[in-house]
Amino acid sequence: MRPSGMRRLFHYVITLGYASAALSAQFCKMANLRVLVGVKRVIDYAVKIRVKPDNSGVVTDGVKHSMNPFCEIAMEEAVRLKEKKIAKEIIAVSCGPTQAQETIRTALAMGADRGIHVEVSGKEYENMTPLHVSKILAKLAQDQEASLVILGKQSIDGDNNQTGQMTAALLDWPQATFASEVTKENDHLKVIREIDGGLETVKVTLPAVITADLRLNEPRYATLPNIMKAKKKKIAKHKAADFGVDLSPTLEVLSVEDPPVRQAGQKVETTEELVTKLKDSGVI
Amino acid sequence: MAALIRTVSRLSRTNREWARGVASLADLPETHDMLRKTCRDFADNELKPIAGDLDREHRFPTEQVKMMGDLGLMAIDVPDSKGGTGLDYLAYAVALEEISRGCASTGCIMSVNNSLYLGPVKNWSTEQQQETFMHQDFLNGSKVGCFALSEPGNGSDAGAASTVARLEGDHWVLNGTKAWITNSYEASATVVFATTDKGLKHKGISAFLVPMPTEGLTLGKKEDKLGIRATSTAYLIFEDCKIPKENLLGQPGMGFKIAMQTLDAGRIGIASQGLGIAQAALELAVDYAMKREAFGSPIAKMQSVQNKLADMHLSVESARLLTWKAAAYKDAGKNYIKEAAMAKLAASEAATFCAHQCIQVLGGMGYVTDMPAERYYRDARITEIYEGTSEVQRLVIAGRLLKEYADITSW
Repeated sequence: MRPSGMRRLFHYVITLGYASAALSAQFCKMANLRVLVGVKRVIDYAVKIRVKPDNSGVVTDGVKHSMNPFCEIAMEEAVRLKEKKIAKEIIAVSCGPTQAQETIRTALAMGADRGIHVEVSGKEYENMTPLHVSKILAKLAQDQEASLVILGKQSIDGDNNQTGQMTAALLDWPQATFASEVTKENDHLKVIREIDGGLETVKVTLPAVITADLRLNEPRYATLPNIMKAKKKKIAKHKAADFGVDLSPTLEVLSVEDPPVRQAGQKVETTEELVTKLKDSGVI
Repeated sequence: MAALIRTVSRLSRTNREWARGVASLADLPETHDMLRKTCRDFADNELKPIAGDLDREHRFPTEQVKMMGDLGLMAIDVPDSKGGTGLDYLAYAVALEEISRGCASTGCIMSVNNSLYLGPVKNWSTEQQQETFMHQDFLNGSKVGCFALSEPGNGSDAGAASTVARLEGDHWVLNGTKAWITNSYEASATVVFATTDKGLKHKGISAFLVPMPTEGLTLGKKEDKLGIRATSTAYLIFEDCKIPKENLLGQPGMGFKIAMQTLDAGRIGIASQGLGIAQAALELAVDYAMKREAFGSPIAKMQSVQNKLADMHLSVESARLLTWKAAAYKDAGKNYIKEAAMAKLAASEAATFCAHQCIQVLGGMGYVTDMPAERYYRDARITEIYEGTSEVQRLVIAGRLLKEYADITSW
């Protein structure tokens, strides 16, 4: 064989070797995803909310709490990724008072492998905002070497819809919010997002942040055997300071009030009358 | 030093949890609370919407039973190692109450499979028998079992079993009729009690495992019941029914003991079913009373309605504490016969009382099928009858009470 041919063969083999190493590293990375899921303890969706008499907030003492519904959906998606062998380990994290551990244990019963409880209580908890939480989550994602952070799109108490976006920005990771479908494709994730105009499909490389929307999946019931297994799983305890996060308030809540009582409407006979009335009141 | 303190507090926490479990039953341990939430969500989402249809159509909830099997609810106290859920009787009581709150018939099916079928099979069968009769299918909701003790001629008088079994070579041959057998049409196996030695009276009764269907065993017509209509109840007719010699459960003559011990545990199940029905009736009454207006304000403001609601809540809460106590005693290995009888008596009477008062609070609406109140009334009635009538429970309680006092020399 000519020397140049041998050399070409040699180069070809080396390239193949590099390519397969690179691809398999990517593949391994895909199959070995460590997923961080945020789960928040909120007032149960079925409970009637009452504003405190001093208008400083809502009554939470003695009120039934449960996991934020969008966090349940996020958790379910992580478990499905693990069942499809795309995720290797799921860590459930919650920032809140001692009772937040119940929420983490529910996540463990759904299929998380271990939990992290960042203890924040009292006034600090009342003043905690998405910016504080996303700083904690960002540091955690780096410390835990997570490749995917899945959060609910928003919590039903704050309705801020900020934590996922801020976490991605702090990490300088791509984000796919309002996800209604997540599929793995080769070395990236294909995410279908629910937006005002309809559905948007995006391609997201890892590591990334995804926030779950309502139609992403239907969360499973925690089976009895899994509830039993959850008892043995570990929950690590931390404080916000452990992540270098200062919980000093950045916002001051001035007042919390009930929405105005619904006023009676007016009935009109014809469309013309309706248009006249709307014009007269300056609405159109 | 810190490590020592931590270890000591962890140990005492476990002991405290047990003491708390028996002494102060107001709060459930966390696992049981999570379990309660799962069962409640399941009952609200899957059972409540269809309970009326199941009752109207007399339809067995096959799909829902399979889902419950997947959740681990059809074999709650069968050990982990055998493929069951490996939880305790307190967990069973809590789960069954929540399921019955959604649909009493489904609760009945769950109770028969857990206590009456898997109970005796788990406690007295051999490894070989378990391969067939405690197969995974009986644990995951694919198959259900039933329990055949009562006969047309004897219900409370269980010692007078007229179904006979005689040994013929390699087989037992069963002859006789069993009455009021729940799950009969859907069951894949049954525990049957038959007399093997008439001379020994109740000590001559033995228990057998019979696969269904089998040659020589026919089912009577389905009974048209007042309540729990989604379950099938029929006669089991044995005519020279041959079963292998190996299908004897336990030892010959042990049948009565097996039946009584099984029913003791089953009573906690029926108590929980009664609690579920009572709780559903109470919640419906409260909801209605807060919305229905008469004489210018919601009827919940009226003293006579408040009296009813208070009495209903009191009856349910008392029965619940008795039920949890009986379950906790069983789990702790203590004698729980009296407590189980008290629980079943209290809960079944709470169920009928609450269902009755619920219809009263709802007035005319309680009498029509648009509201579930009439179904609770019909479903509740059976709890005072099966697995030991209220009269039998009183005999059991008095019997144990007198025995306890006989041991005291002076008081």
